[in-house]
Amino acid sequence: MTMHNLAEQFPVDRDHLKRLHARLENAAQAGDLLDIAYRTVDSAVGPLLLAATPLGLLRVAFANEGHDSVLQSLSQRISPRILEAAGRLDPIARQLDEFFTGHRHSFDVALDWSLSRGFRRTVLEHLNADIGYGTTTSYAALARLSGSPKAVRAVGTACATNPIPIVVPCHRVIRSDGSVGAYRGGPAAKRVLLGLERDR
Amino acid sequence: MVSHISQRADVCTVKVWILTEEPQCVAEPVGDVRVTVDQHVKPPFEAVVLQHGATVLRVVRAVVGHTDADDAWSETFLAALRAYPRLPADANIEAWLVTIAHRKAIDITRAATRRAIPVADPPDSAARERADTHDLDLDAAVGALPPKQRQAVAYHYLAGLPYADIAVILDSSVAAARRAGADGIATLRRTYPRIDSARNHP
Repeated sequence: MTMHNLAEQFPVDRDHLKRLHARLENAAQAGDLLDIAYRTVDSAVGPLLLAATPLGLLRVAFANEGHDSVLQSLSQRISPRILEAAGRLDPIARQLDEFFTGHRHSFDVALDWSLSRGFRRTVLEHLNADIGYGTTTSYAALARLSGSPKAVRAVGTACATNPIPIVVPCHRVIRSDGSVGAYRGGPAAKRVLLGLERDR
Repeated sequence: MVSHISQRADVCTVKVWILTEEPQCVAEPVGDVRVTVDQHVKPPFEAVVLQHGATVLRVVRAVVGHTDADDAWSETFLAALRAYPRLPADANIEAWLVTIAHRKAIDITRAATRRAIPVADPPDSAARERADTHDLDLDAAVGALPPKQRQAVAYHYLAGLPYADIAVILDSSVAAARRAGADGIATLRRTYPRIDSARNHP
């Protein structure tokens, strides 16, 4: 008798575990224990990981960042009480869908800024509030807007480490010479987003 | 195996210092060195559910029966989620989950006993009617074991815990835990012979 012999006498089917998982999601949400809910969605720039706390959208991650390592990092930095639970992300998933089909030009969801501090957060909040759909700005202009005209390099870092890309539109910040510059999701993704907004 | 389990309301920590010849008792084979906290990072709770959800379901189904297994699973993982931030990163997660499941199963069994109205049929007859023939035999055979044997069999043969950990969970000696497991399996071999035939038909 081995452990394997007896375990195979107790078959567990995938749908049963799915139902139990859904029940756990609901109980965790009701008990205020779901610190981070996440799901993935398909998009024109590849699969996106969406993660939200009860405060709002915390993180949007591209596939090239490695969704597992992003979740691991959230587990360490924010809370390990993390479950895949689509419900909390339904509004942003729907709005991203509308954005990628050109039917939405701004997002209307609460944001959780916990992953951004100090000057980086100031930069991203200005970016979020002031740089509209279909427009672009330069790192230098965003530095001026953020009240520190000399901090061009720090603005570049703030954009490169934006935890909520697409929704907080760092893709609209390009180099002064007109080239697209670096992007968390890779330059190709940035060109797709700029192209999408230019065409509408 | 030298192990230590400390228990509070719904959190316990399991530290494994020395590996035994039963490598299935630890999440990862780490050699015979002591594992320190900073070598471990705590995975998102979702990974815990994915990795251990099926095993915990088998364990609670064996211990509380078909009817109450879903409740026991749900209460176990909800309590685990609540306590997870306080769990040391080097804890043996499987042993921790089984410890929680053990306590939830006791609560559920006590509640069922309080609810129960004496009838001629055994209390799990509804589950037996629902289950297919295969499950009926196994649930009946496991359900007929005395509680300590049923628990020892589930925790050793389904969860893969070493008897040293099971002894702590059952609050008994290691020898008594080992005997309960061995007696339980011996009885199951008689009452449910398919356990042995499964070896030839994996």
